[in-house]
Amino acid sequence: MPTFPRRTLLIGAAAALAAPVLFRPARAQGLAPTPTMRGGANNYRPGAPIVERIGGGGFLMTGSVRRAGDGAPLAGRRIQVWAHTTEGHERDARSHGATLTDAEGRFALDMPQIVPAFGQPHGHLAYDSDYDDGGFRTVFLRPIMGSPGDRTLDVAFVLEPA
Amino acid sequence: MLAAVGLPLAVAATSPLLEWRGPVYIIAGLAGVAALGVLLVQPLLAFDRLPGLRGRVAHRWLGAGLVMLILVHVAGLWITSPPDVIDALTFTSPTPFSAWGVIAMWAAFGAAGLAAVRRRLSPRFFRPAHTALILVVVTGTIVHALLIVGTMGVVTKWALCLLVAAVTLWVVAGRRAWVPLLRRSGRADTPRRQD
Repeated sequence: MPTFPRRTLLIGAAAALAAPVLFRPARAQGLAPTPTMRGGANNYRPGAPIVERIGGGGFLMTGSVRRAGDGAPLAGRRIQVWAHTTEGHERDARSHGATLTDAEGRFALDMPQIVPAFGQPHGHLAYDSDYDDGGFRTVFLRPIMGSPGDRTLDVAFVLEPA
Repeated sequence: MLAAVGLPLAVAATSPLLEWRGPVYIIAGLAGVAALGVLLVQPLLAFDRLPGLRGRVAHRWLGAGLVMLILVHVAGLWITSPPDVIDALTFTSPTPFSAWGVIAMWAAFGAAGLAAVRRRLSPRFFRPAHTALILVVVTGTIVHALLIVGTMGVVTKWALCLLVAAVTLWVVAGRRAWVPLLRRSGRADTPRRQD
């Protein structure tokens, strides 16, 4: 059984929310690829359509997609986003949508406000190689918002060539 | 007592988050809050610290109710998001509170199971074992609840958790549940208490 320090009690929920995403460097040199997070693929519905925005919008999911090693921005990569929002549960098809990165490897997708569900206000993002011909490994992320009231979340993908 | 359990329930039942949750998810969450409330009452019933109630009888019924609440909690969450619950039950969840909840769940099932076969157990075994499992239940549940960002209000959640911890420790310490263990190993030097 994993051990949890008692001070967890004192720090409370704030610490869980503020817990930084841990990136383990898999390479001695260069930019390390982003590992898939635990639970990242939960309630994933493969192949959501590329949309201008999900539902009515109001929350901005942004991010970057770069290549591991040299950190080169990757354009035209498909990123799928889903979350429990004011307009639906994670499992609902209407909660899913995808977008493409621009020339600088940036993406931005307007979506309904994410609300806390299953204990944390969090989003899900996927780079799924099955829906992309670029030859990079699939990555599922589950970033946590710093505060339930946040209106935006920025997520970095560093993809590993397949 | 009514306020200590009722207020957190009322706050959770009127949380703005409920607007964006389906009925199954709402029931699952409230079952969890109610289960936390049961933990406050159970030790008092077990040793007749509540006036006007046949404590032991109520304790057994409420213990069965607690098991039901846990089952409703987990089943409702499972229906709402199966992979998240599978992650929790297999201790592979990204959320640390999940493991605390699952540990508390199994400890509660264990404590209830012991109670169900109590007549076949030695009293010297039952009370320390039941109490030890309850301490796991209480610790696990409190950490589980405090780490969750959900429908419970921060103030009423902390207040209820602190009360549950205080009452549990007060009753366990007052009943000296570990004494039979010491007695068996011959280290107890305290006189036998009347039950």
